[in-house]
Amino acid sequence: MKWWKYLTIGLLLYTAVMGLLGHVPRLAILNETERNLYFHVPMWFGMTIILLASVVNSIRYLRNPSPRLDILAHESAKTGILLGVLGLLTGSLWARYTWGTWWTTDVKLNGAAVTMLIYLAYLVLRGAVQDEQQRARLSAIYNIFAFAAASPLLFIMPRLASASLHPGMGGNPGFSKYDLDSAMRMVFYPAVIGWTLLGVWITEVACRFAFVKEKIYEKQEKQLA
Amino acid sequence: MPLRTFACVSLPAEIWLLLLKDLRLEWRQRSALGGLLLYVGGTVYVSYLSFSFRGGTPPAPAWNALFWVILLFAALGAAGRGLAQESAGLRLYYYTVARPEAVVLAKILYNALLLLALAVPGLLLYTLLLGNPVQDWPTYALSIGLGAVSLASSLTLVAGIAARAGQGGGGTLLAVLGLPVLVPVLLLLVKVSKNALDGLPWEASQSSIITLVALNFIVGAVSYLLFPFLWRS
Repeated sequence: MKWWKYLTIGLLLYTAVMGLLGHVPRLAILNETERNLYFHVPMWFGMTIILLASVVNSIRYLRNPSPRLDILAHESAKTGILLGVLGLLTGSLWARYTWGTWWTTDVKLNGAAVTMLIYLAYLVLRGAVQDEQQRARLSAIYNIFAFAAASPLLFIMPRLASASLHPGMGGNPGFSKYDLDSAMRMVFYPAVIGWTLLGVWITEVACRFAFVKEKIYEKQEKQLA
Repeated sequence: MPLRTFACVSLPAEIWLLLLKDLRLEWRQRSALGGLLLYVGGTVYVSYLSFSFRGGTPPAPAWNALFWVILLFAALGAAGRGLAQESAGLRLYYYTVARPEAVVLAKILYNALLLLALAVPGLLLYTLLLGNPVQDWPTYALSIGLGAVSLASSLTLVAGIAARAGQGGGGTLLAVLGLPVLVPVLLLLVKVSKNALDGLPWEASQSSIITLVALNFIVGAVSYLLFPFLWRS
């Protein structure tokens, strides 16, 4: 096992223990739910980074096609979806206790919903094409295009919005730097790194699995030929 | 390198030639355009019948939302025809005579014109049957024009992808791939047109209109860059 996997385990254990037991400031309405900052927000951070990696791999695929890059883009997208679903669940649960509803039509929630729809559509597109090269190229094109088309909704409109229930008005869409006190930072930053590394780890294992499957198919084809 | 017949022609001139070709083809097959118009007209009439139970006219926000939903599905239908109709042989022929960048930009322009040609008669019929609560006409007209361009630019490349991928489920695939891409566009459009509907001052919708124009440039540029890869297959 590589060193950064031990680091992942350490950081996430630290996040779980300190996140649930550590000191948080007393705030009205939020109360103990603000511990969600250590779970929900870093999961979205991790998702954004992993999905960015997926887009980068799609661009690399179009410049220089190889099955390896296609697998990297595909598996990154799947991990991104996993982190996104976890982010949606934790966020929805949090919203239930602080806003009194599971879902509203907030700008930031719309962005999250669109991201999920894009990557589910990406999986549907991959399922619809039989030919491997065709599938790799079409899905790479869609991945880049959809990311570019949705980027204003994800990165620009939340910052322009005049009214939003979601924490972090005027600045980073996830949270405001003034919301954090120094004790929370000590848990929050390790949590971001930990959850992102967990995403990388999952992607790495999934990619290795896909590479092995590809090799086995190649061998079987050779035996048949 | 394939021999390009238009090699001596500049990009705008090539786009113009391709646009003329598309318009001429459309005019020769008037039944297709008629079909789309009938689709819009039929949907408007069904909406009219559905709202007749509630005294004829829907409330203003519903009026606006319904009109955009009708336009959205008209756009999906129109975009689905454009690139999907061309046979593989015809595609190969275009590939030898035209630049892919020119093809995609011409297609976006053509789809925008087609959508305008659907939206304007659609809006007239809609006004006739369901009333018209619009207070600021110039801004509403601008939002329809921007809407035609935005829907066309977002859907053209996606329609190309769906046409290549589509065995059987072409129509569904276009809707599945296109809707997430269209959500930002539609959110902005509905906001601008709702402001025009309520007669709010121009400043209220200014930032949305700028974002929409910028979004069109992003989507147009990405289509311009990606379409050559789509064509190569």
